[in-house]
Amino acid sequence: MATLEIRDLHVSVEGENGPKEILKGVDLTVKQGETHAIMGPNGSGKSTLAYSIAGHPKYTITGGTVILDGEDVLEMEVDERARAGLFLAMQYPVEVPGVTVSNFLRTSATAIRGEAPKLRTWVKEVKEAMEALKMDPSFAERNVNEGFSGGEKKRHEILQLELLKPKIAILDETDSGLDVDALRTVSEGVNRVRESGQVGTLLITHYTRILRYIKPDHVHVFADGRIAESGGPELADKLEEEGYAAYVKGGTSE
Amino acid sequence: MADVQNIPAGATTTGSIAVAAESTVATRMSAPPSFDVADFPVPHGREEEWRFTPLERLKGLHDGSATADGAIKAEVDAPEGVTVEAVGRDDARVGKAGTPVDRVAAQAYSAFEKATVISVPKDAVLAEPVRVRLHGEGGTTFGHTVFDIGAFAEAVIVVDHTGDGVRAANVDILVGDGAKVTFVSVQDWDRTAVHTSQHNALLGRDASLKSVVITFGGDLVRIHPRVNYGAQGGEAEFYGLYFTDAGQHQEHRLFVDHSVPNCRSHVTYKGALQGDDAHAVWIGDVLIQKAAEGTDTYELNRNLVLTDGARVDSVPNLEIETGEIVGAGHASATGRFDDEQLFYLMSRGVPADLARRLVVRGFFAELVQQIGVAELEERLITKIEEELEASV
Repeated sequence: MATLEIRDLHVSVEGENGPKEILKGVDLTVKQGETHAIMGPNGSGKSTLAYSIAGHPKYTITGGTVILDGEDVLEMEVDERARAGLFLAMQYPVEVPGVTVSNFLRTSATAIRGEAPKLRTWVKEVKEAMEALKMDPSFAERNVNEGFSGGEKKRHEILQLELLKPKIAILDETDSGLDVDALRTVSEGVNRVRESGQVGTLLITHYTRILRYIKPDHVHVFADGRIAESGGPELADKLEEEGYAAYVKGGTSE
Repeated sequence: MADVQNIPAGATTTGSIAVAAESTVATRMSAPPSFDVADFPVPHGREEEWRFTPLERLKGLHDGSATADGAIKAEVDAPEGVTVEAVGRDDARVGKAGTPVDRVAAQAYSAFEKATVISVPKDAVLAEPVRVRLHGEGGTTFGHTVFDIGAFAEAVIVVDHTGDGVRAANVDILVGDGAKVTFVSVQDWDRTAVHTSQHNALLGRDASLKSVVITFGGDLVRIHPRVNYGAQGGEAEFYGLYFTDAGQHQEHRLFVDHSVPNCRSHVTYKGALQGDDAHAVWIGDVLIQKAAEGTDTYELNRNLVLTDGARVDSVPNLEIETGEIVGAGHASATGRFDDEQLFYLMSRGVPADLARRLVVRGFFAELVQQIGVAELEERLITKIEEELEASV
C-alpha cells in the first residue's frame, strides 16, 4: 500500500527581500485509498505544499522529508516523481502550443506506464474517460490548454488523473472557477478514481462546497505554513460555519 | 535537506523582438539596386540592411577581398523536356527577374563565370522534381542560376546545399503566365559554411510560386527571397523553416513588391533556436504600391527559443500606398519554451528532452504540412529530430 509521508517540511521562495519561508514544518501522511482535505485561507501555503511535492523549481526545500513508499521524493526529478506515482492537478495549467491533447495524453501515459498503450484499447480508454467528463471528442485535437475555458482546463486535469492512475493525487483548488454542473462532473471523475481504492487523494481547497461531492476521510486546516488542526469530516462543517478566523492572526482570513 | 532545482540549466530563455522604425523599403537601403558591385559602398555594419549581420564572418564577400578559389560540385536531375544551359552574363534571361540589392548579391553577380539556365518548356507538367545538388568542397565560389518556367508549365524545383565553403550565388525564377512553381532551397551546409543568396522571382499573369527556404546548417546564412509581379493575378507563397544552433547566424530577408493590381502574397516563416549565440534574423518587407489595388497579403514569423543565450530579431514591415486592397497584415511572435511548460510536461512523467521534442515537433508540424512536397516532409521531420538529438 502506497504511503506519502511528509515530515517537518520547510519550503521557501525567493522574494524581493531574499528567501521567504512559506512552509514552516508540515507533517502529513496520506495512504492509498484515503482522502485528505487541506483547507485554509488564501496565502496560507496550501498551493506551495502541492507544488513543492511535485517539484516545481520555484520552491526551495530548506528542511524536512517527503517519502513515497520508502523512496525520497525530494531527490527525484519532476518527471521521476510523476513516474513514481505522484500526480498534481493544477489550478492554472499552462498552454503548450503545438501539442495536441491527444498527443500529450498518449506521451504521458507512455511515460507513466513505461510502455506505449496499445492503440486500440487506448483510443477506447480515452474516449470513455472523455465522455464521462462530458468532453467533446474534438477536444482531443486541440492544443493543450490553448484557449481552454477554466472549466475545460479542470476537466482536462481530471481526465489525466483518470488515465494516469497515480498512487497519490494532489488536487490544487480543482473547484475554483467551476459552476455547479462542472463541479459535479469533475467531482464524479475524482470519485471514480477514488472508488478504485488505489489512490490517496490530497484535496486542496479554500471552500467547503467541493466536499459535498468528494467526501474526505480527514480534514486539515492549514494556516501560516503548517497544519493548525486535523480532524474528521466534521471539521469541514465547523469551518463552513465559522470560517478561518480562529486560525488567522488578527482574526481575518484575507 | 534537498535541492529541488530540477529544471535543467538553459531552460529559461530570452528572446527579443525588434520592430522597425518607420522608413520606406527603398530608402532604407544604402544604395539603389545594381548589377555592379562597385555601385555599393563597402558596408560597415551600421547600414539598415547589414545591422544584424556579423560582417567579419562573411569571409570577405562584402568587401571585395573574397576570391573565387573554391570548388562546388553541382549535379542536376533534369526530367525529360527540361534543358540545362551554361550562359554568359549577356543572356537576356540572366538578371531579368531582379537586380542585386546589396553588396554581396552584386558581388556574386559580378564574379560568376557562367550562369546556369534551367528551362521548363511551356505547358510541360513535370512528374518529377528538378533537383539541383550543390556540394561545397571548400573555398569561395560564386554562381548564378536561372529557372525559366514556361507559360502554363508546372514544376517542383529542389535546390540542395551541402558540404563546406563560402558561397555567394543568386537565383532567378521566371514564372511564365499561368505557370505553377514550387521552388525549394535547402541550406543543409556543414557547420562552418557561409552562404549568401538573393532569390528573385518574377511572376507572369496568373502565375503562382511557392517558395520554400529551409535553413539548418552553416556558420552564416543570409537568404533574400524576393518577388516581383510582372502582371495581374500573381500569387506567391513563401514558407521558411530554420533551426538555429549555438553560434549560427541565419538570416532571412523577404521582400514582396506589390506593384500591379490583384496579386496575392502569403509569408510563413518559423524558426527554432537553441544554444549560446544562436542568432536568427527575419526581415519581412511588404510594399503595396499605389497601383497595386486588390492586393491581398499576409506575413507571419514565429520563433521558438529553446534555451538561454539565443537571440531573434524579427522585423515585419508593411508599407501600404493604397487603401483599395483586399487585405494586408503581419504578425511576429517569439515564444519561449519556458520553465512552466517544461514543469507541466515533466509533471506528467515526460522527461525533459522528450518534452522539448514534443513542443518543437508541434511548433513545426503545421508548416511542414503546408510545404506540400512529400519527399521533403519526411526529410524535414528527420532533420528536426536530429537537431533536437544534438540539442544542448
